[in-house]
Amino acid sequence: MAEQERKQTKKTRSGDGAEAAESVEAPVKGELVVKIDDLLDEIDSVLEENAEEFVRNYVQKGGQ
Amino acid sequence: MRRRSVHKVIGTETEFGITVQNQPDVNPVHASSQVINAYAGSRARVRWSYEDEAPGRDARGPGYETIVGGDFESGLVNTVLTNGARFYVDHAHPEYSSPECYDPLEAALYDKAGEFVLAEAARAAQALLAEGQRLLIHKNNSDGKGNSYGAHENILLSRETPFRDLVGHLLGFLATRQIYTGAGKVGAENGRPQTAYQITQRADFFEEQVGLETTLKRPIVNTRDEPHAEPGSYRRLHVIIGDATISETQTFLKLGSLSMFLAAVEDGALPPPPGLSDPVASVWKISHDPTLRTAVALSDGTTITALDLQWRYLGWVREHATARGIDEVHRRVLDTWEQILADLERDPLSTADRLDWTAKLQLLEGFRERDHLPWNHPKLRLLDLQYHDVDPARGLYHRLVGAGRMQRLFTDDQVHRAAVEPPARTRAYFRGTCVERFGRQVVAANWDSMIFDVGEDTLRRVPMMEPLRGRKDLVGDLIASSGSAAELVRALGGDHG
Repeated sequence: MAEQERKQTKKTRSGDGAEAAESVEAPVKGELVVKIDDLLDEIDSVLEENAEEFVRNYVQKGGQ
Repeated sequence: MRRRSVHKVIGTETEFGITVQNQPDVNPVHASSQVINAYAGSRARVRWSYEDEAPGRDARGPGYETIVGGDFESGLVNTVLTNGARFYVDHAHPEYSSPECYDPLEAALYDKAGEFVLAEAARAAQALLAEGQRLLIHKNNSDGKGNSYGAHENILLSRETPFRDLVGHLLGFLATRQIYTGAGKVGAENGRPQTAYQITQRADFFEEQVGLETTLKRPIVNTRDEPHAEPGSYRRLHVIIGDATISETQTFLKLGSLSMFLAAVEDGALPPPPGLSDPVASVWKISHDPTLRTAVALSDGTTITALDLQWRYLGWVREHATARGIDEVHRRVLDTWEQILADLERDPLSTADRLDWTAKLQLLEGFRERDHLPWNHPKLRLLDLQYHDVDPARGLYHRLVGAGRMQRLFTDDQVHRAAVEPPARTRAYFRGTCVERFGRQVVAANWDSMIFDVGEDTLRRVPMMEPLRGRKDLVGDLIASSGSAAELVRALGGDHG
């Protein structure tokens, strides 16, 4: 990215981070980008079954 | 400009999370051993040698040494792969230590190859389990319950570089680079203030500025002085504060920015460090703010955001690299670095195709909106964990790749080859190729030597103290034309060991 463009993005920033964090769709390069709703459905189909139990049982010994 | 910097040889070490579903009283050491044994299985087994290792030596010099005891040499499963990596059990986790790599792009590839090794190993170990049990491996750094395990970056430095010159810059650089090195985490741990979502897995666990520890009171700058190379010429900087990253772009940027920053520090090309007044608090405060607006205090009384300090470092590093001359890989580091900072500044989620923490945040926000979930809902914690599952069928990173939502740097084919073939331009080539060709005659190996049994009374030890010797262009023909380890050792003139 050109130096110029970077300066522009710096100037327009004015505390809009909170709104940004709420938005869901991000621009992604690539041809076949699956829509987020379809992706969430697909993820639901591979997600471990009992979330509460899985999370409770996930205990690791410490390491480095 | 001083030209003190040496070629930045790079390697990564990752301790993976391990669990077995439906197995009461899972023993992680046993499970980790099973994983490594199952992978090594039919392959030639080469033992790791602890000779020459000294993790208690301190870069700050005499008076700081620590006796490292306990489980250091416990006879746990420990092996060397044909790609030159070390694959072993460390602190109740399977650990993959990548081979030494020539540049950050190659290092990112061999880090990714480690995930493939673990996925294959888990698949092989699964066959040994009882029906209904399932072995899962995660490339993460925390269980969300206060237990953390590491992902370390290793970079070769000149011994001439005074360690104190590094420390001031490292504190500011490592605290602020989190905005593009984090893998993201729901909640906070280790007594840090509660937060919904934070940028890194590791920030909560750093409690000191500088020190030798790696498992307790972890320091931002680790002083382990164990070069695994000619000690009169080299240091190895052991960076323990980073997250295990899965996005290829992110791993490339993490390693590339660090190695270029270190070359600039070594060459004395940076102005005095903009010192953070409280580096430890800065680490978690920056991590706890995914909007990136938090400003941290500098010792001159001013404040600065992580983004702005990273812009400064990028500017200084670019200037140094341009003056020194730059190759294509390192130009790509600078371009990626600039693009990521600009995109983070505009809208952090615009980096969700390149950074793990924003990719994960975007997923979590998607589920939160669709299912109306509060941040403490177990489903969000599950999504957080499952993002890191190395199994291509289950890991959510892999689902994002499959959905075309994540940029890649490498093809699957490149990754699969890197899991078995060593890098060509470092001594890892010699190690990996000898294990491949003469595995049964390799008694032991470590980073800086190999020991061969050539059928004589004494074993033969081949020292490898120079990380850039043992390359393919120097030893490739020699190894290829040797019919046995004995012939190879004779040709090399290895000393008695």
